[in-house]
Amino acid sequence: MEITLQHYLAVGAILFTIGVFGIFVNRKNVIIILMSIEMILLAVNINFVAFSAYLNDVSGQIMAMFVLTVAAAEAAVGLAILVTFFRNRGDIAVDDASVMKG
Amino acid sequence: MLQGIAFYLLAAVAVVGGLMVVTAKNPVHSVLWLILTFFSSAGLFVLLGAEFLAMLLVVVYVGAVAVLFLFVVMMLDVDFVRLREGYARYLPLAAIVAGVLLAEMIMISLVVVNGGAASDAVAPATAVDMTNAEAIGRVLYTDYVYIFQAAGIVLLIAMIGAIVLTLRHKPNIKRQKAHDQVNRDRKTAVEVKGAATGEGVTAEDLI
Repeated sequence: MEITLQHYLAVGAILFTIGVFGIFVNRKNVIIILMSIEMILLAVNINFVAFSAYLNDVSGQIMAMFVLTVAAAEAAVGLAILVTFFRNRGDIAVDDASVMKG
Repeated sequence: MLQGIAFYLLAAVAVVGGLMVVTAKNPVHSVLWLILTFFSSAGLFVLLGAEFLAMLLVVVYVGAVAVLFLFVVMMLDVDFVRLREGYARYLPLAAIVAGVLLAEMIMISLVVVNGGAASDAVAPATAVDMTNAEAIGRVLYTDYVYIFQAAGIVLLIAMIGAIVLTLRHKPNIKRQKAHDQVNRDRKTAVEVKGAATGEGVTAEDLI
């Protein structure tokens, strides 16, 4: 049972797909959408680390670290926007976000 | 053999956790499944020989981001049943898009591994003369130092942005006004009252 690069790439692809799927089916719930985005970024990280390990190049892990940084920043700002939005409207349905003009 | 078992176990847990994140009815459960997914992915990273990144994943995601999600989910009093409207309506389209995406990505990964950029990839080297953290540090602080600084700026701006977005001044809270305090001078703060000998000053004189 040799674990090859394909196996890791397949796990990354499946997680990425689940993330996209989650954005589609939960398009009203911003919290789930944010979690799906986190999962997509995790899938990208798995790909980066898998290639880094199998090509014996540590650069991939550096890139994964930067992706992690951006993901953390994105989660913080996203949730802050969510909290502000909830304070203003008392609800977090994304459909209502279209009234946020100007 | 043992590596294979560990891989399939961790991968299965990660995928099942991911599926539960997007299908769970209660968002609190979603966050907990997300934590499970990240934890198993950290296990996969360890299997790949990237221990440092695995620990980073546990600390940053499980320790910070997931707890942040949990706080927000529990803090906001949201009617989550209403938010699940349209779940069944979007399901077929989502399934089609997801299936196409998955097929494409697996096909590309097979091509890349069998004849493309990674065709001569070998199994990860296990025994090297330096640790994973050391290897990352040697590259991160030399070749990637500018991107490293940029990542720091990104985090700083995100922190300031999150604070600015959620900060709220309540009108009836007493707070320190440094400007007013510094601008006090002798002319407005102190007054000299003349007092006659033997009589002193009474409270009425001071008003």
